[in-house]
Formats: sequence, C-alpha cells, structure tokens
Amino acid sequence: MKKILILGAGTGGTIMANKLRKSLERTEWEITIIDFEKTHYYQPGFLFIPFGMYTKKDVIKPKMDFIPVGVNTVFAEIDSIAAEENSVKMKNGDIYKYDYLIIATGTRIVPEETPGMLGELWQKKIFDFYTIDGAIALADFFKTWKGGDLVLNIADMPIKCPVAPLEFVMFADAFFSERGMRDKVNIHYVTPMSGAFTKPRASKILGNLLEEKNINIIPDFYLERVDNENQKIVSYDEREVPFDCLITIPVHKGSEVISRSGLGDDMDFVPTDKFSLRSHKHENIFVIGDASNIPTSKAGSVVHFSADVLFENIHCAIENRPFTASFDGHSNCYIETGHGKGALIDFNYDTEPLPGHFPFPGIGPFGLLKETRMNHYGKLIFRWIYWHILLKGKEMPINSKMDLAGKKLA
Amino acid sequence: MAQKNYTGISVEVNEEGYFLDSTVWTKEMAVEIAKELELELTDLHFEVLNYLRTRFNAGEALTIRGVGKSGVIDIKGFYGLFPGAPMKKAAKIAGIPKPASCI
Ligand SMILES: Cc1cc2nc3c(=O)[nH]c(=O)nc-3n(C[C@H](O)[C@H](O)[C@H](O)COP(=O)(O)OP(=O)(O)OC[C@H]3O[C@@H](n4cnc5c(N)ncnc54)[C@H](O)[C@@H]3O)c2cc1C
Repeated sequence: MKKILILGAGTGGTIMANKLRKSLERTEWEITIIDFEKTHYYQPGFLFIPFGMYTKKDVIKPKMDFIPVGVNTVFAEIDSIAAEENSVKMKNGDIYKYDYLIIATGTRIVPEETPGMLGELWQKKIFDFYTIDGAIALADFFKTWKGGDLVLNIADMPIKCPVAPLEFVMFADAFFSERGMRDKVNIHYVTPMSGAFTKPRASKILGNLLEEKNINIIPDFYLERVDNENQKIVSYDEREVPFDCLITIPVHKGSEVISRSGLGDDMDFVPTDKFSLRSHKHENIFVIGDASNIPTSKAGSVVHFSADVLFENIHCAIENRPFTASFDGHSNCYIETGHGKGALIDFNYDTEPLPGHFPFPGIGPFGLLKETRMNHYGKLIFRWIYWHILLKGKEMPINSKMDLAGKKLA
Repeated sequence: MAQKNYTGISVEVNEEGYFLDSTVWTKEMAVEIAKELELELTDLHFEVLNYLRTRFNAGEALTIRGVGKSGVIDIKGFYGLFPGAPMKKAAKIAGIPKPASCI
C-alpha cells in the first residue's frame, strides 16, 4: 500500500482528504490525516462573536463530520517531520511513514513575541479575536464597556485574512452607533502598512471608507511593545498610541511542527513553489494554505482555489508526469462594512483588486470594491458554503483562476 | 514604468521608484537614491543593503522581523538607519523590489 499523509485537518487538510479519497483507489492508497483538535472552527465566524452576532455554537462542528469514510483519522499532537526518512513523529512517540506528505498545519498567533502583550491587561483590556477564547472574552467585555479609545493594532504582516481587522473596526463603528454611544468611542486603526490595505487601489478605496466612518488610520506603525502601566502601545521608532481597549492582531507564525522540523523560514512558514505548491526542498512534500510562504493572502478562499491545483499536481507526481496545474494566487474576500452592507475584493499574484462585478461580468450579483447589501449576504452565505460545499471538496460555480472579465482595469 | 537617472545611467523603475532589474544596481547609485530620501549612507547601511540583496538573490522573503534576526542589526537599529519605513526605504536603496511580505 502506498501512503499519503496529511498534517492538519483544518480547511486545507479536510478539502484534500475529500478530493483525494474520491480519486485514489482504496486498494492502492492509504490516506491518513492527523490533527490535535477534534473540533473544526469556522474561523471567519470569529469576527462576528465580539459583536454578539454569532456565539460559539455557530462556528464549531466536529471534524469527523467532514472527513470521508476510508481516511484514517488520528487525533494527536504532531511532533516533527523527518523529511529525509519520509516519516512523521508524534508527541506520543508513534511514527507514520509516507510516500507523499501534505502539510496543512496553518498558522497561529504568537502574542508572546511582543513584550508586554501577555501582561496584566491581557484579556482584561487587551484582546484578540483570532482565537475562539479571545473572541468570547471580548464579547463579554463589550457588553459593559463605557467607551474610550478603542485601538486595533496589527503587530506584523503576514496575518490571516488581512481584511478581518478592517471589518472589525467597521463593525465596531456600527455596533457602538446602534447602542447610541459612538460619540464615546474613538476608533483607531494602527497598522504597519502604509494604508488600510496591502494593495494600492483597494487601500485607497477602503481608506476612504474608514475615513467616512470616522475611523482614524495610523499607518507605518511597527509595534515594539505594550506598556501595561500607562496603557499604550509603543512602536520601534518610539511613537505611542494610548488605549482604553486594545484589540491586537498578534504576530503570526507557522506551526511549531515546522520549526521543530527545521522546514520553515524566519516565521516558520514552509518555503513553497508558488505555482506548483510543492515544497522547495523536498519532491514528495506539498504545502496548502496558511502554512506555506506563497505571496498571497492567508485566507480560506485561497485554500479553496489552490486545492484544485494541488489535487491535479499530486496526481501528476504520482503518475510521474510534469506538473500541469499552476496556481495564480487567486484570493476572493467579502468585507463586512457594517449596517448590513459589505464589499468584495478579488485578486491574484499579478492583478490587484479592481472595481467591477463578480462572478458574472456586468451583472454581478456582487459588486467589487463597493459597499452593497448583496455583498453582506455573500459573506453570510459563505458560512453555509464553507460547511456544505467547500470542506467536502465539491465543485463551486466559481473558477479557481481569477477572471479579468467584468473588472475595470483603468 | 518610468526611467530614472542615477550616476549618469538610465534605470527602469516602477511607479513607486523601485528598480525593475536589480542587477543594474551599483553602490554609487545607492548613494544617490539615499540622497533623494535624505539619507547619508554609512558602512553599516551598506552591510544591511548587502544582506538584503543576498537574501533577495537567494529568492527569500524579506521582512523587518527577519532583518531583526539576521545578526546584522536589530529592529531598533534598522529603524535608526532608515527612519519611518525601514524595509521600504532599504529595499528602494538596495535596488530590489518592494518586499511582498505585506499581502
Ligand atoms: C478572524 C478570522 C477571520 C477570517 N475571515 C476569513 C474570510 O472572511 N474569508 C476567508 O477566506 N478566510 C478567512 N479567514 C482565514 C481562514 O480561516 C484560514 O485562512 C483558513 O482556515 C486556513 O486553512 P488551513 O488549512 O491553512 O489552516 P487551518 O484551517 O487553521 O488548519 C490547521 C490545522 O492544523 C492543526 N495543527 C497545527 N499544528 C498541529 C500539531 N502540532 N499537531 C496536530 N495538529 C496541528 C490545527 O489544529 C488545525 O486544525 C479568517 C481567519 C480568522 C482568524
């Protein structure tokens, strides 16, 4: 029996298990997937929890519901990968051999990377919403908060879903307006980037949107430390921003598995060929999702689009053919802008987000880079699509490759 | 696309002034680009620029945190040399593309 081993049963690992189990003969190929968590979290839903729109039960389901019959599932902690021996060692000492390895161990937040972040104000006045616990603690805090300086800070790039912090401040604007206390809350968006977003045209449009909503952008702020005593964040060039409530998007790194295996870059992301999705170093190791270092967003939509490419290329590798699929970096994100509206961006390695219509040129129904009600519904429907179509690796009515039709180039 | 003239040589740059071809870069050009950014280059500046170019040529991603771990300089020092936006300024002066770490 030949063996495919998948590390991580999150978005990417689950999709690949579904696709590969369907296509590979059960008598020839054994597929095993490993994760230490039994619960699958719908991470995009974390954004809605602090504002009381979702609770924990809206974002969790058992992982087993999504892993197909015929795939060995192991719930235990991975220690490390011994790439030269084609094997993976578990914390409990078990060893798994593989012919092909798919790394899908995602990324994690590392608040301890910033001095003072985990100080006395952690989860009292300093919160994250990138973990379920952080999002729930923040929801509790907001219930009785009297207002003041609400500071959202992105510690460093890359982060998961780079639009989530923007959505957070726009939701906060709507949330505090609806509670009649917007005048008591000053919202600051403090970012290491030069503007609201990473790509120039989207940055300008989204920056204007923040301004309209009276959200103060503080750009080029690279966080050095958190001063708990004086309640302020301090940058490497000694600038200071005081806060009454700090929402941190902490430094992100790859899984500890990657650092323990010596397979990562400075931030423990696996150097990966951005077109074929194969590891730069090892011919039989492929990487999907947030675990890789490919230069596109760390987002579920990227995982979904790249899964088609990875699926085809793994078949090429197995059958000893040259790779026939090439990833274009396609990313597609709904952006909640508050008050029941949303925006949408669609881009890839070469083309920045442009205004226009999606997915059907001239028709939509979704408008690119503008606020519409339809885009907001798109985001809400995304949760249903995620659980019912995306994780199971089924076909979607959207092309994996980005389409330029329907976009305004000038 | 645009053209810039450094040390009497015409160089192709993008809309933001980053070199399109990093191989045409010379140390003398670096001095002139730095002047546009109101910076006077020291030996330490050049050590950092060389580090960035070496990493870039090896196809590796460049990040401020990575520079901080390089052993060449710490992050505070990096800010001291290239105030405000050290990675963007240093990349421009080093004749390499704007780092794609911000996506
Ligand atoms: C607040 C928030 C909002 C978001 N919004 C959006 C959005 O609107 N649209 C969008 O497209 N994306 C969004 N995302 C991003 C999206 O959720 C991720 O990009 C996607 O889930 C990544 O999939 P993955 O398979 O790479 O990693 P994950 O789904 O994170 O899976 C990694 C898995 O590896 C396991 N693992 C790691 N280390 C070990 C170990 N040592 N042993 C065993 N198991 C291990 C983990 O338990 C986990 O199950 C958002 C994320 C957040 C946090």
